[in-house]
Amino acid sequence: MTLLAVLTGAIVLQRSLFAIVILTGSYSFLMATLLIALDAVDVAMTEASVGAGISTVILLATLHLVRKAEMRPVRPQPLALLVVAATGALLVWGTFGLPQFGTADAPIHAHVAPRYIADTIRETGVPNVVTSVLADYRGYDTLGETTVIFTAGIGVMLLLGGLRRRARNDPPGSGA
Amino acid sequence: MNLDLILRIATKLILPFILLFALYVQFHGELGPGGGFQAGVITAAMVILVSITFGLRTAHRIAPRAVVERMIPLGVLIYAGTGVAGLLGGQNYLDYSVLAHDPVHGRELGIFLVEAGVLVTVAGTMTALFYAFAERGR
Repeated sequence: MTLLAVLTGAIVLQRSLFAIVILTGSYSFLMATLLIALDAVDVAMTEASVGAGISTVILLATLHLVRKAEMRPVRPQPLALLVVAATGALLVWGTFGLPQFGTADAPIHAHVAPRYIADTIRETGVPNVVTSVLADYRGYDTLGETTVIFTAGIGVMLLLGGLRRRARNDPPGSGA
Repeated sequence: MNLDLILRIATKLILPFILLFALYVQFHGELGPGGGFQAGVITAAMVILVSITFGLRTAHRIAPRAVVERMIPLGVLIYAGTGVAGLLGGQNYLDYSVLAHDPVHGRELGIFLVEAGVLVTVAGTMTALFYAFAERGR
């Protein structure tokens, strides 16, 4: 956790965008380690592969297209600082209303979770509860997520690829 | 693209294992950690590694743009189609119990199909994203 804080500070202070990308990647790896410590292996895997892997590569590819150093702000912005600090304080204040970490009678453990854990093998034959909740009990949510990825992919392709193709008049799918 | 020999050989050696690991994560997702999303990202990472080491042209030969771009809607189609199969069987949308004679097996099969859909879409999208950025840079 301390390392996470140190890394965040370094990211904020750093001006070289390349260093920021690398630091963000290591932040993701630290986060993945933290998630493993919390026994959330599925999430940790996603964080390591997406946060540290794909995002870093795509950010580096973006850096290839834009300038390497962040521009200096024109003047200090006290109003922005105030808004950020107030929002942060509000969020921290909100965490005081949450149940203590790890309590068994927290609302999230009392609703449908026990039923899922107890019945998943009998009902779906899948031992990994994360998978059965994701793909079966909460199938609609995952369908929505898949559609979001689909939409994001199409959007980026239209923004980046479509323009270029029209400019050079390539037939679709010719690549290179 | 002519890069370091060690890098090229090491990449060649490691490629099948990355793909194997992706498939393991995909098909073992029911038993251990993992699933379609993670496996899709790992598959895309393999293509990205190829294009970083051997150049975009080689990557295009392994995963042609047209195929990658068609994978994006195909995965959603597999997912949504599995749901429609539940409808045709007289159950609710995305109720997989009709897919096999035994409802439990049906749901297992449904989860498998849905995860396959997620894999196809995620792998396609991530690779297409990388292609879009990489081609733009040249």
